[in-house]
Amino acid sequence: MSANGVLSSNPQSQETFVLNIGPQHPATHGVLRLKVTMDGEYVMRAEPVCGYIHRMHEKMGENRTWAQFLPNTGRIDYLAAMAYNHAYVAAVERAAKIEVPLRAEYIRVITTEMNRISSHLVWFGAFLLDLGGFTPLLYAFDDREKILDLLETITGARLTYCYIRFGGVCEDIDDNFIQGTRKFVTEMRPRLKMYKALVTDNIILRKRLIDIGVIDKEMCRKYGATGPVIRGAGVAYDVRKMEPYSVYREFNFDIPTFPEGDCMARYLVRMEEMEQSLRIIEQALGKLPAGPVQSTGVPRVLKPPAGDYCYAVEAARGRLLVRIVSDNKEIPYRVRLRTPCFSNLSLFEEASAGMMLPDALAVLGSLDLVIPDIDR
Amino acid sequence: MTLYDLLRMLVYIVGVMAFVGLNAAYLVWAERKGAGRFQRRPGPTEVGWAGLLQPIADGLKLLSKQLIVPAGADATLFRAAPLLVMMPAMMCLAVVPFSETLVGRNINVGLVFVFAFGAVNVMAVMLSGWASRNKYAIISAARIVSQDVAYEIPMLLVVITLLMITGTMNLHDIVQQQAGWFWHWNLFRLDVNPLMPATFIIYFICMLAETNRAPFDMAEAESELVAGAFTEYAGMGFGVFFMAEYANVVVGCSMATVLFLGGWQSPFGVASGVLWFLLKMYVLVFTVIWVRWTFPRTQFYKLLNLSWKFLIPISLFVLVLTAVMMKVL
Repeated sequence: MSANGVLSSNPQSQETFVLNIGPQHPATHGVLRLKVTMDGEYVMRAEPVCGYIHRMHEKMGENRTWAQFLPNTGRIDYLAAMAYNHAYVAAVERAAKIEVPLRAEYIRVITTEMNRISSHLVWFGAFLLDLGGFTPLLYAFDDREKILDLLETITGARLTYCYIRFGGVCEDIDDNFIQGTRKFVTEMRPRLKMYKALVTDNIILRKRLIDIGVIDKEMCRKYGATGPVIRGAGVAYDVRKMEPYSVYREFNFDIPTFPEGDCMARYLVRMEEMEQSLRIIEQALGKLPAGPVQSTGVPRVLKPPAGDYCYAVEAARGRLLVRIVSDNKEIPYRVRLRTPCFSNLSLFEEASAGMMLPDALAVLGSLDLVIPDIDR
Repeated sequence: MTLYDLLRMLVYIVGVMAFVGLNAAYLVWAERKGAGRFQRRPGPTEVGWAGLLQPIADGLKLLSKQLIVPAGADATLFRAAPLLVMMPAMMCLAVVPFSETLVGRNINVGLVFVFAFGAVNVMAVMLSGWASRNKYAIISAARIVSQDVAYEIPMLLVVITLLMITGTMNLHDIVQQQAGWFWHWNLFRLDVNPLMPATFIIYFICMLAETNRAPFDMAEAESELVAGAFTEYAGMGFGVFFMAEYANVVVGCSMATVLFLGGWQSPFGVASGVLWFLLKMYVLVFTVIWVRWTFPRTQFYKLLNLSWKFLIPISLFVLVLTAVMMKVL
């Protein structure tokens, strides 16, 4: 056994047993099932079994009009619904050649980044819960509540948004929202400092995360892992920088990367990303242009010209790609979603082999999985 | 045995049981209130004023539930485990001197008595995990054994160190020796052991581990093992384990008070009494609650590393140091 508790060689005994973690288990945060073959406390093989919450979103896309599929996008990754709205809407806009007013693009960026912070806050709380620390969850939800309240005033929803529409956004943002967001940005920075002092620098947390569950670049490439997972492996891959979409070119922000590839690196990437999202929001609010938020030329019945279109965005958990195929009808021929959690989960089997159970569950938590995003 | 002795015994049995029962019930309330305050929420408020009747409501609910013995479980051991976990805590309190006169049985081997019965607790929790015939429970049981064995050693080394200083195993006498101002407490006996505060911290850490309290709550690691050894217990079976945890915390903190903090002795040498004992004990209990809601759980092998590589060497060193200082100086 090496210092971090990972078995270096083959299993030592023939006596193994299968432990079912999930579909209902506190650590899986949803209906994911892990069929874990254990040798004592060591995980020999953790096979994820997904499909328990499969809702056929992709197939549903083939049965309803372009606009009717929009609410579905908010229910795939329910914690970062705004990015999913954005990806689908932008793909359709690309297909139907709809121009989006600049103000709408800025609002899209602001709301998506706020949604990213709220999503990371849920992860932060849930991850600490996996590690047995209950208290940070309630602090994180306290901050998240402020974001949800703000987004509720403009979108009408707290979680499953359907705010970004073809050719713009549903409603313009008002002064209340702008003031509230500015206030939130100033309040959030000291909170992040507090999290660093109270949680990140805690010796028990550091001991539990450093050198645990190393996922290197090669493994990320092999399984197509994106988002904080690959950035935690030292690769500065972020769709916002690599293939800038919307108005992300206009803002100064960094892509936090940590080369260690362990749970701590993924943890730090997400904590740092919240900081960067605050920076983007601040700049976007400063530069917010006046004008309409909805382009006028969007037909009531959308029939994009026949063709195959893609659009990728950086969702809270990684690269989300929406591919739509149109045959010039009211109903899409195909809606295909490439969701980040599916790829991020698929490396879990390799990453967790030989670990002790609590470490394996720490790795699972550090991947930040949202189960409907895996099952779609 | 005279009638007086019988009566005295009866009163003490009832007294200790009432003390344990009330403590278990109201420490749950205190823990939930405390956790609420640490987490910026009010805690229980609904049942009774400030939720004070909550423990009674919880108890009634648990009592009204069916006691399920899972198919394939060892029914006898499964039923015996909750009794075995509760009994030692009550036994231990029989020898704890609450004040000069308030003590169930003032026996000469009180110290050994407490730690002997304290060890039964480990076996009981292990039995519950073993008898449940549940994979989560059995993993938890295996963890408990290795954890508690690992932490029993530094704890007993610390106790031996104290024993060398006090020269008696009678808890009453140990407290008696610490009379006067607070620098007479064993915690500040730096003349015989300059590392005494560190020894106290080792004792406290070991006590947390022995009672399976966070950050060492491997037995009930809810995010990994659902409810650990208690996964299969329903109704009052679970309730008794829950209460025993608090009873054990009370015993552990009582022993810390007796051994290090001068028991019922007032820190100013005047007005000593049971209130001082309770004050010191509950401050420690509060610390236990505080720690639980502040830290994440440790990892299992790191827990063992902490014990074998860190606590045991230090407590051995302290033991030798104390022996040398007592002989030489």
